Amino acid sequence: MITFQAVAKRYRNGREALANVSLHVAPGEMVFLTGRSGAGKSTVLKLIALLERPTRGQVVVAGEGTARLPARRVPAFRRRVGVVFQDHRLLVDRPVFDNVALPLIVAGSSLKEIGKRVRAALDQVGLLGSERVRPGELSVGEQQRVGIARAIVSRPPILIADEPTGNLDPVLAAEVMTLFRRLNEVGVTVLVATHDLHLVKESGLRAIVIENGRIAGGEPEAALPTIEARR
Amino acid sequence: MSFGPVSYLVRHAHALVSSAGHLARAPIATVFTVVVMGLALALPLGLDVLVRNVRSATDDFSGAVGISAYLHTGVSEQRAQQLAGTARDRPGVGTVNLITADQALAQFRRQSGFGAALDALQGNPLPHVLAITPAAESANPADMESLRRYLAAWPEVESVQLDGAWVARFNAILNLLRRSLLVAAGLLGLGVVAVVGNTIRLEIQNRRAEIEVTKLVGGTNGFVRRPFLYTGALYGLLGGLAAWLVVEAALHALAPAAAQLAQSYGSRFELAGPNLMDLKWLLGIGTLLGWLGSWLAAARHLARVEPGSG
Repeated sequence: MITFQAVAKRYRNGREALANVSLHVAPGEMVFLTGRSGAGKSTVLKLIALLERPTRGQVVVAGEGTARLPARRVPAFRRRVGVVFQDHRLLVDRPVFDNVALPLIVAGSSLKEIGKRVRAALDQVGLLGSERVRPGELSVGEQQRVGIARAIVSRPPILIADEPTGNLDPVLAAEVMTLFRRLNEVGVTVLVATHDLHLVKESGLRAIVIENGRIAGGEPEAALPTIEARR
Repeated sequence: MSFGPVSYLVRHAHALVSSAGHLARAPIATVFTVVVMGLALALPLGLDVLVRNVRSATDDFSGAVGISAYLHTGVSEQRAQQLAGTARDRPGVGTVNLITADQALAQFRRQSGFGAALDALQGNPLPHVLAITPAAESANPADMESLRRYLAAWPEVESVQLDGAWVARFNAILNLLRRSLLVAAGLLGLGVVAVVGNTIRLEIQNRRAEIEVTKLVGGTNGFVRRPFLYTGALYGLLGGLAAWLVVEAALHALAPAAAQLAQSYGSRFELAGPNLMDLKWLLGIGTLLGWLGSWLAAARHLARVEPGSG
């Protein structure tokens, strides 16, 4: 579902965030991406969500090679990847309903479908009934759950999360992880970037370790599949 | 997901409502922008209304324009009548009045006070005169000159005199004013585009986070641009409405003084404001300029806002 092959990423300021990174996440798998701050975890997620393009190598997400994907096809691609941020990135001047509905509105869904799916997503994250509340009136944990509801409302096959438990206490962090596990159980491929090793160990799931922009564990080279990217 | 015509309309309606909501949530900024645009649009509209009122007020000036054709003294009154009839049949001629030599002399005797002296004359030295007034649509310098040359070519005519050259100059001034109005409208239209463009640029900066999130969840450039285009168009529409109100208010304030001036000339002239067609044009042009300004700003600044760029 997600494959990196010999990927390097150098930013405009000259900083090399990734060097020769190869990894694979199978369809329906839930994997952690772990490492210290600045190791390159966020860059991996940005390359998956096509917020950045690789300087070298190939990134294939849901069968789509992203390195040379034309700009006009980027929006449609992004609709297939749900993204959860540590800082939630919610629109504070809009109620919860509007925040969660945004991916469906941009996709041109009908009003009826939007209403149905938003309520279903809020139900999944335990926030049904908070549709008219503004994000600022919610706790940090609830805001994170709104962010997750927005990421899953259009039922993307892939969900990536960047330090989703970074601002949460252990109880709330466990709740969020349970939520991801449930989504994974219904077939969503989940990749969670975190530096919380305790969380990773407790989950018992595979973890890809990244250090100084290189894979340091959890991703044996031999396990990488052949890339057959659609161009 | 659906991309049919209903979905298309729903998305546009959503963008329109969202834009109207943004304007309503920032009433002071919206009012300032609309007032600036209203004043910019009011100036050409006001000038246009002024020119039309002046033309309307001076419509009677066409009667002040005339041609006097003096016949040779030997031309008989009967022939003069025939010539008057011929002149009447020419296109562009409004009225033809024959002032016979006897009528002219009697009038001169009455008005000049030289009655006794005139009695000493052995005959009437005055010629028959054709006093010609052009039709309203031909009361312009070119048609008047054409008519003068036509009359001067008659062998019975000794001389032709054009009356009311000042009216032609007055019309030329009005034409100059009309052209100035077009130039002013063009410049102020550019000003409106710049005002809207700058407002939308600031709006894009203020809503950067929202734009980034929208693009992150798959919003196309067109989708992101749409509410800004509607915002610009709404600014233009409201600006046009404000301009109409400004001009109506100005006319309301000036109407008593204009009526008083007209009365002093024995006229019942009243200032006329913009009509319904003017309002339609004003709102249409305002909306178009607002849309253009926002499109230019959005095309320039939106492409720079990407989810990963912040």
